[in-house]
Amino acid sequence: MIKSLKVLNNPLSNADNQLAILEDKKLHSHASFKAKLVASDLYPLRANAVEILQINVGKMCNQVCKHCHVDAGPDRKEIMTMETMQLCLAVLAHSSIKIVDLTGGAPEMNPNFRWFVTEIKKLNKHIIVRCNLTIILANKKYHDLPTFFKQHDIEVVSSLPSFTKDRTDRQRGDGVFEDSIKALQMLNAVGYGVSEDNLQLNLVYNPAGAFLPPSQQALEIEFKDELFKNYGISFNNLFAITNMPISRYLDYLLSTGNYDSYMEKLVNAFNPAAIKNLMCRNTISVSWDGFLYDCDFNQMLELPVSPSNSRHLSDFNLNDLTNREIVIKQHCYGCTAGAGSSCGGEVAN
Amino acid sequence: MSDHYYNADDLAKFGNIAEYQKEMGDKFFSYYGEVFKDGHLTAKEKSLIALAVAHAVQCPYCIDAYSSDAYEKGYSEQQMMEAVHVASAIKGGAVLVHGVQMMNKVKKISM
Repeated sequence: MIKSLKVLNNPLSNADNQLAILEDKKLHSHASFKAKLVASDLYPLRANAVEILQINVGKMCNQVCKHCHVDAGPDRKEIMTMETMQLCLAVLAHSSIKIVDLTGGAPEMNPNFRWFVTEIKKLNKHIIVRCNLTIILANKKYHDLPTFFKQHDIEVVSSLPSFTKDRTDRQRGDGVFEDSIKALQMLNAVGYGVSEDNLQLNLVYNPAGAFLPPSQQALEIEFKDELFKNYGISFNNLFAITNMPISRYLDYLLSTGNYDSYMEKLVNAFNPAAIKNLMCRNTISVSWDGFLYDCDFNQMLELPVSPSNSRHLSDFNLNDLTNREIVIKQHCYGCTAGAGSSCGGEVAN
Repeated sequence: MSDHYYNADDLAKFGNIAEYQKEMGDKFFSYYGEVFKDGHLTAKEKSLIALAVAHAVQCPYCIDAYSSDAYEKGYSEQQMMEAVHVASAIKGGAVLVHGVQMMNKVKKISM
């Protein structure tokens, strides 16, 4: 299994180095994201609500995907402690935040994951778990996750870049496709993805290469047909997500000579209509150690939220965060290209 | 002027052809856009047809464009190469079927 950039001491494991590349005019001469927003009369970009708390409970993962913006893997030891989880619960108990989006790494690998979910549910919040699927098969202790998810009425969102083994394994590692299919069948068996009304099972497509996602609607139809025909698998929605030019995906782009053309694609596909529903406008992203960011990508680039008095769970100020100015850099083109991109897929519809 | 006939950067300048004949250029691109939309054939199916035709007409710009487009739309390397073989078979067949004309002629003039 490949190692994380951090363990390899790759310069790209450092957020400053990533930002230096993204902002380097010698590498590419594209307009700044800020200039694009100014030209579209959309600057400064501001949040308009805090409805979703996306909590990254740790960078540990059983997979090492080539595109991972978290640089997650089995060798990453950063894990949210129970004390930090309690700070999350305190924020949730005293706010109108409706949705908690748990991500990682593989969030289920956090030893306090089940306790955390149970406590969040007591606060009557809708919970999304970004489950990589293979974790369900990774160890006997995870085999009952589908039942646990069902008991807590969790929305499961899972990555599957293709309905073919070849493309999936190339991006996510050998054997991932086969285990993902088994895990999806286990989720279907307890009732996930088989009805429109409850137990939502949504899949995430992201390109296995240096290109942008095609039409989300066309992909969803094709994924549904192929997965049902070949494996009897059902799911609710497919979200098409653009790969962000940071961390491991940035390393891939640079090492394969695709960086400039990929940035050009993102910039040329800038769509002002995607701005309205960008996830940063109604989400706060929380890191494993309790710091606050506009999104998971800004978190990995260590770009904290703009209000300096509310940058950690212990200083959470909902009023200041609700109307905050979003911190933008060149990577933001990743969320505004074409039909736009968010953790819920396209945003420009 | 460059000293070679094809330049990869020129693909991005395709739209410039309307500069010298705007009305026809605009009509062409409007038609082109319409052709590649989902219809009785999906946009994905049309992309694979375009890839095969691109090889048949040996247009390097089209091959670049539709190799990317077909792969992005989800076709595998094997499917794309089979499409190229379809183009090859039709082109090869088009050569060989003229062999009948050659045979007819030879049979007519030979003893």
